[in-house]
Amino acid sequence: MRAIIAAMLLAVSLAGSAVAVEPDEMLKDPAQEARAEAIGRQLRCPVCKTESIEESDADFTKDLRRVVRQQIAAGKSDAQVLDFMHDRYGDFILLRPPFKPYTWALWLAPPALLLLGGLLAFLATRRRPTVADSAPLTEAEQAAVEALK
Amino acid sequence: MRRLIFLAPVLVFVGLVVYFATPLLRGTDPSLIPSPLIDKPAPTFDLPPLPGYAKGVSSADLKGKVQIVNIFASWCVPCRAEAPALMTLAKDMHISILGINQKDKPADALEYLKELGDPYVAIGMDSDRHVSIDWGAYGAPETFIVDAEGRIRYKQAAPITQADIDDTIMPLIRQLNAK
Repeated sequence: MRAIIAAMLLAVSLAGSAVAVEPDEMLKDPAQEARAEAIGRQLRCPVCKTESIEESDADFTKDLRRVVRQQIAAGKSDAQVLDFMHDRYGDFILLRPPFKPYTWALWLAPPALLLLGGLLAFLATRRRPTVADSAPLTEAEQAAVEALK
Repeated sequence: MRRLIFLAPVLVFVGLVVYFATPLLRGTDPSLIPSPLIDKPAPTFDLPPLPGYAKGVSSADLKGKVQIVNIFASWCVPCRAEAPALMTLAKDMHISILGINQKDKPADALEYLKELGDPYVAIGMDSDRHVSIDWGAYGAPETFIVDAEGRIRYKQAAPITQADIDDTIMPLIRQLNAK
């Protein structure tokens, strides 16, 4: 049983770091390849939607990776390559969505909800009656407490 | 006032239901990616012809009249589904359709055209998809309407149906031709 769980965990962790890039796709220069990979990780696969183009096995994505690597090899900057893809595929291609009016809700909702929750929690704890607020024990109550000791 | 606080989650829930149900009921397909190229000039390209054909397709062919650019491939099953609709556009509506044959083996493409008919005025071979990527394509079939000035006016990243022709494609082409 433990072995099965371990194998499943291993499979999941491997799946998380999966790279679809095949050796023949890679650039000869390791520094350039590392840049291409970093750019590819920021680009969403338009075919499979939930993966970056570095992770996707889709045939179309392979050609997108090739274009990224061709441009890196041709001396383009990271920003130029990202702009190239953004010009053609729009905001969708960027795994990190830009901060624009229509993504305000996306970016601002988590901190706004955290602040709101914090505020509500603060108000709730402040309003709760404390020991100091409650009336002191009557003599009869005090006697009952003593009796318990 | 305290009652209203307990109503808040219900209101939030109702809001979310409306937000998520609207595109669902409207039939919006979330797998379609909006193209930033709409109303922009079509990319510059020059593709060679299929073997046995005289002419390929280049961006120079896009100027002068309203045309359709269709990306297709023999390996693409939905392309087969839309082939009759493309024949209708070409033969019955007399629309000029330029074909971009995406990542295909020439022999397979020729076989495909023999089997399903050839609605294209010219076909260019995009063997490595570099032109498809310039058009912001992410598969096949994809269909674009390009106006007389060579600007992309419409994109459909799904097979064309007769309903698409009647409701979207022909009305837009008529409107562009009227200008």
